[in-house]
Amino acid sequence: MVNMMEDFNSETDSDYTSYWRDWFVSSRGNEYFCEIDEDYLTDRFNLTGLNTEVPYYQYALDLVTDVFDLDADDDLREQIEKSARHLYGLVHARYIVTTRGLAKMLDKYKKCDFGKCPRVLCDGHPLLPLGQHDLPNMSTVKLYCPKCEDIYNPKSSRHASIDGAYFGTSFHSILFQVYPALNPEKSLRRYEPRIYGFKVHAAAALARWQDCCREDMQDRLAEFGMSQKFVEESDSEEENYEYGEENETVKTEKVAGDAASARMDLGN
Amino acid sequence: MSSSEGAPESWISSFCSLMGHEFFAEVSEDFIEDDFNLTGLQSQVPMYKEALEMILDVEPEDDEEEEEEEEEEEDDDEVLGDERPLGYRKAGDRRHARVASDLSVIESSAELLYGLIHQRYITSRPGIQQMLEKYEMQHFGVCPRVNCGGCKVLPVGRSDTPGQETVKLFCPGCMDIYTPPNSRFHSVDGAFFGTTFGCLFFMTFPDLSVGTRLDGPLSAGPLSAAARAQSTLTNRSTPPQMPNEPPTPEDQPVEINGMHTSNFCPGLGRGKIYDPKIYGFKVSEVSRVGPRMKWLRMKPRDVYEVDEARNYELNAADREEEVREHEAREREADNDGDTEMNAEQSQEAVIANRKKAPLRRRRQEPSQTAPSDQMSVQSAEIA
Repeated sequence: MVNMMEDFNSETDSDYTSYWRDWFVSSRGNEYFCEIDEDYLTDRFNLTGLNTEVPYYQYALDLVTDVFDLDADDDLREQIEKSARHLYGLVHARYIVTTRGLAKMLDKYKKCDFGKCPRVLCDGHPLLPLGQHDLPNMSTVKLYCPKCEDIYNPKSSRHASIDGAYFGTSFHSILFQVYPALNPEKSLRRYEPRIYGFKVHAAAALARWQDCCREDMQDRLAEFGMSQKFVEESDSEEENYEYGEENETVKTEKVAGDAASARMDLGN
Repeated sequence: MSSSEGAPESWISSFCSLMGHEFFAEVSEDFIEDDFNLTGLQSQVPMYKEALEMILDVEPEDDEEEEEEEEEEEDDDEVLGDERPLGYRKAGDRRHARVASDLSVIESSAELLYGLIHQRYITSRPGIQQMLEKYEMQHFGVCPRVNCGGCKVLPVGRSDTPGQETVKLFCPGCMDIYTPPNSRFHSVDGAFFGTTFGCLFFMTFPDLSVGTRLDGPLSAGPLSAAARAQSTLTNRSTPPQMPNEPPTPEDQPVEINGMHTSNFCPGLGRGKIYDPKIYGFKVSEVSRVGPRMKWLRMKPRDVYEVDEARNYELNAADREEEVREHEAREREADNDGDTEMNAEQSQEAVIANRKKAPLRRRRQEPSQTAPSDQMSVQSAEIA
């Protein structure tokens, strides 16, 4: 890696190209990251507080913005390189909740760059990265499925070592607040364990209990003049025939939730 | 058997060691040789006899004998009237010049046959035992869901008919199925594991500690003191005690609906449901894109709530009490004199109550815990 950087630096840095960021974003294992704009990085306001978090902060920032020209030995270079990656990650968490960052991450989401939901009944819905903490070195990156609203571990080990703080806890929620139309339709389908064709009682009883919870939620939402539509697939109708009455009412109701939607203004 | 070559590997073990076949158990030859276990497979697998021979590593016999046998076979088949692909009849003629392509057909038939036998084998006593060993060695991987905490999974199919869907992984912690992370399993047929195996496995071994907690019944033996201390420590720290929520009811049954309570979906319920937050604030349910799927990962804090028989009895007692009350009220009304009006009213009340009763049965508030139910019933009965 050090050698690679030397190669980059030995070339003429005539143009204001994003060598380091280009390299970082396209290198293996960093597929989840998007490229941060030069403007965003050079605005000191966006970096508030990071100088205490990152060692060799100034050198690291220089490296990220491709103005690094220090003759350092390999050890120091490696340290700075490490700091630069850490700094980039922390700025990344802030960048992806801005308008530009959201748009970039949305593109990646649509391209399935973050993988697909492992849950069979989500039919490979695209995932979004998230951290469980906003502080670094607490947990690794996880993946959020907007269809089942649950979080999963990345399947590849090279992603499993990325710090979750580089994406933050809020990003995916903000994305759907800003682009509510992209929120996928939720499904009622669930796995029904069977033994020789017979439903397993423990699982079925829990499913019935969960259905009651879901109806309670729909009642709560109805109080606010909203209704939650669930996609009814043909194969789940038979399973849910006991609740067919309720489901039909849900289906016929129109989504009238605009009044209560809490759209988040990000100041842009 | 093939004694001419040194250290022969059986077809079964070489099949199971193929890339992508790591989930398969090695079916014992005894199981395959018992015709009862193969009932009905003849009609599902083309070139059944050859495929079976291949699985069992039976050397093709001499031509003459073979032909005789083949004829017999064909006669049998005609009597049985099995559905066969047309090409099968001519197999005997082509036998003399069996070419590579023929072999590959038999090979794929053998794989299909083995898979179907495997589906049956892993629900048998020796088979499920073999799968237990593989499960305990974590051969099938762990659940990708974060809140399941690396729960060990089992391979299952979504269909028992081959050629429909590939193998999936069943997680007992969240009762859900997942796609195997490694793409090499995306070509393995799910029917080779079957729909039954997943749940049957955990019902066969109810004492198996499903969750990641170390206080399960199985881990009581060989656990070292240090590990035990650590486990109690982690246990104490795991349930995030919310200040405004009552503690978990303590008189939980040992078993619920035929499972150990500790094994009843340990990956679900309070503290195991993902809560989306923006800058530390929970996203409201009323938001247009607020959380809507939490029910999928919910589990009652008091597992008695899913004991439907018990709840039915409790509700039945409730309903009886109501009926009795109404009868008493009616009687009172009768005594009063202005019978007609009151009778009408009470009738209306009874109808209204009847309407209400099933609704209540269906929709049980999560906060409504069973002990309080019982209390109310008891007090009602005393009154």
